[in-house]
Amino acid sequence: MPEQYVVELKHVTKKFPGVVAMRDMHIQIKPGEIHGLVGENGAGKSTLIKVLTGVYVPEEGEIYVDGKRHIYKNPVQAVEAGIACVYQELNIVKMLSVVDNVFMGRKITNKFGLLDYGYMHQETQKALAALGQTGIDTRMECGKLGVGQQQMVEIAKAITQNAKLIIMDEPTSSLGEQEVKQLMDTVRVLKDRGIAILFVSHKLEELFELCDRVTVMRDGEHILTRNIADMNEDLLIEAMVGRTLDNQYPKIPTTRGEQILKVENLSQIGVLKDVSFEAYAGEILAFAGLVGAGRTETMRAIFGAEKPDSGKIFIKGQEVHFKNPGQAIRSGMAFLTEDRKGQGLVLSESVKVNLIMANMKQYRKGPLLNHGHIKEISQKNVSTLRIKTPTIEEVVVQLSGGNQQKVVIGKWINSDADIYMFDEPTRGIDVGAKIEVYNVMNSLLKEGKCIIMVSSELPEVLGMADRVIVMREGRVMAEIPRESPHFNQNDIMKAAWGGEIQ
Amino acid sequence: MTTTAIKRKSNMGDFIMRIAPLTVLAILYILFSIMHPGRFMTMANQMNVLKQTAVNCLIGSGMLLALITAGIDLSVGYNAILATCTIGVLMQNFSITSAWVLIPMALLVSTFAGFVNGTLLTRLDLPHPFVSTLGMKNVLWGVALLITSSRTIGFTNKGIDSTLWIGRATFDVNIFGFKLFTGFPVSFILVLVVYIFFHVFLNHTALGRQIYCVGGNPEAARLSGIRSKDVLTVVYTISGLMAGIAGVVLAGRLNTANTASAATYDTDAIAACIIGGASFRGGKGTIWGTLLGALLISTIRNGLNLFSAGNDIQYIVIGSVIILAVTIDVTRNKLEARARKLATV
Repeated sequence: MPEQYVVELKHVTKKFPGVVAMRDMHIQIKPGEIHGLVGENGAGKSTLIKVLTGVYVPEEGEIYVDGKRHIYKNPVQAVEAGIACVYQELNIVKMLSVVDNVFMGRKITNKFGLLDYGYMHQETQKALAALGQTGIDTRMECGKLGVGQQQMVEIAKAITQNAKLIIMDEPTSSLGEQEVKQLMDTVRVLKDRGIAILFVSHKLEELFELCDRVTVMRDGEHILTRNIADMNEDLLIEAMVGRTLDNQYPKIPTTRGEQILKVENLSQIGVLKDVSFEAYAGEILAFAGLVGAGRTETMRAIFGAEKPDSGKIFIKGQEVHFKNPGQAIRSGMAFLTEDRKGQGLVLSESVKVNLIMANMKQYRKGPLLNHGHIKEISQKNVSTLRIKTPTIEEVVVQLSGGNQQKVVIGKWINSDADIYMFDEPTRGIDVGAKIEVYNVMNSLLKEGKCIIMVSSELPEVLGMADRVIVMREGRVMAEIPRESPHFNQNDIMKAAWGGEIQ
Repeated sequence: MTTTAIKRKSNMGDFIMRIAPLTVLAILYILFSIMHPGRFMTMANQMNVLKQTAVNCLIGSGMLLALITAGIDLSVGYNAILATCTIGVLMQNFSITSAWVLIPMALLVSTFAGFVNGTLLTRLDLPHPFVSTLGMKNVLWGVALLITSSRTIGFTNKGIDSTLWIGRATFDVNIFGFKLFTGFPVSFILVLVVYIFFHVFLNHTALGRQIYCVGGNPEAARLSGIRSKDVLTVVYTISGLMAGIAGVVLAGRLNTANTASAATYDTDAIAACIIGGASFRGGKGTIWGTLLGALLISTIRNGLNLFSAGNDIQYIVIGSVIILAVTIDVTRNKLEARARKLATV
């Protein structure tokens, strides 16, 4: 009897060029239930949300709302079908009033064809009252409300849209303790009204407190759906990480050299809290943790891209204060950013220019650039890194993701740094290119360089790292050397999710 | 091999876009030659076109730098006028007649105005150079009015002919007794020298390439150690300097310092750059493209003049050409984005 579910997905597959983001996914959500959804980074949770809300149109599979099959082609149709979503980054226009936000995109007119604000205010107040938010003035500018209240406005909007299912994507990530409690009460109110909630969260304790059932995703597939009462934390984590390590990591044995980088109590309000660690020559130090745990922010603060509020950084024993990335580069640092296109490359420029961007001034002969030297170096990069490009004059935007990444790597190899910070170095590139990236790391290690690798892929961390630091909510949770018995997926995940390692 | 096919297509499109201004210029030449027989294709008229192009070329070179960094400099027109007025005021109120004082002072004033533009943008974190340079446009106009007491200053027979020489002088080119050019403007020689310098600067110096990098992706440039803010400040300072040089040329061409004559300089410069392949999104544009764009605009104006079309018609036509050029720029970007999407499949 499909009618017993308010929303049901059957055999849904969503493909992107080169990857299958979601394969044969199914999920059933009952009316008035709070359904948890968990999975590692990149497990396919966001893809699932986007398919449910009509942002993505899946290639295969069926979506049922109240037992009726829906094929929606855009988000508006998903809303009409009764599916609303409260995104982590709220969809609030801060300069508009509460009522304008609640009725955004909908036109309620009176008999003169003008907007019927009387009715709109009344409906908004009713919806907010149902959430226990009688204190919010519907005429108020949304920007003046706290984040928690803005979220309530979004939920009120979903209620006025007669949503049958409200998806909440990491709703507690930016809330304070009190606001989290209030949100949980609100979710229970919604449940009592018969509205189903799909609750996506990185915080296991919230799931256990709130949810009726939970679904685990991994690698774009459905792993299990259980009553939360039948689960515990260990079982959930096991389901999330559960794959075995394949041997695609060309790890070489190395010896730890001198201490090159030392960070003491690095803090940045709301982002980093007392981050301390050391990194050594000839060693790969990995940073594991969930998205938003503060790993990239740590790297940016060390590199001078962001100014930390407090803390000390030492390079080879010397304390440094970088005002900008240029100074960090001159002190022997290289930072391969996670966002290749946004922060690593100038897409409209040639392979050649991108390769010399970090130390352009070293290619001068007199006041002019020495094009012969630049050509020689770029061609060397292209052949040693096996960058597939017709010529070194090709604009980078024409290259594939893996080759673009190699250009970024080439840029930093040319800058001849001592400390290489790789932020998600293999994201979005295929297996073959990944192995080539690992080989580059190995050759850097052999030259006695220090490598810091931020990675959200646990197999990669376990495959390549000599030591791993696990971060959560801006803090260092654990430091695990390769020899430790805790150097395994479950213990790292446990630390990343806020658990204790025994 | 879908990618190569697409790439060939986009290269083809690229090629067409690149030669488009040249083609249009050629068509205009044929058109005007037929419509104005014996008037358009004369030596005197062609030299006149070059003379008219010089100021726009000089202002346009600075504007090009701003556009490459995804910015804009709306103050250039009045900055040039301010340079002319500086010469006028120094001559009239301080009785200075030496070109060795007048020209450097004019350039200094304009360069400083450009430096202020850059500083406002980078140190006060104003949202877009549109804001800082639009404000400066009015400030500079006000300063020009203030120092001249809103009066027009005439340069005829004031003993400063050596200062006016660059904007005024012409010469003949004879090769083996054959008159190649008569009345070739010195100001256009200046343009060619400046443009060769710009070509070398943009393509063969680290700073020049860094300007493109900052324009293409300021964050990637910053994280690669390029001081984006300093680069931007230099760009607007150079733009000010170029406006100053244009102001010196203007002094010779117009023979007056007149605060009311800057009306079309900013838009003409922007149009020249965009027609020549620069983009409001930054990251691209060449100096030779700007030269073509400037020539195209001068030719259109000249052709309209020969029709005895007044300012009214010229404004309408040039305005439409600017909108057309921007439309082409936007279409070009869309096509590129499409080719990019296809190329990644």
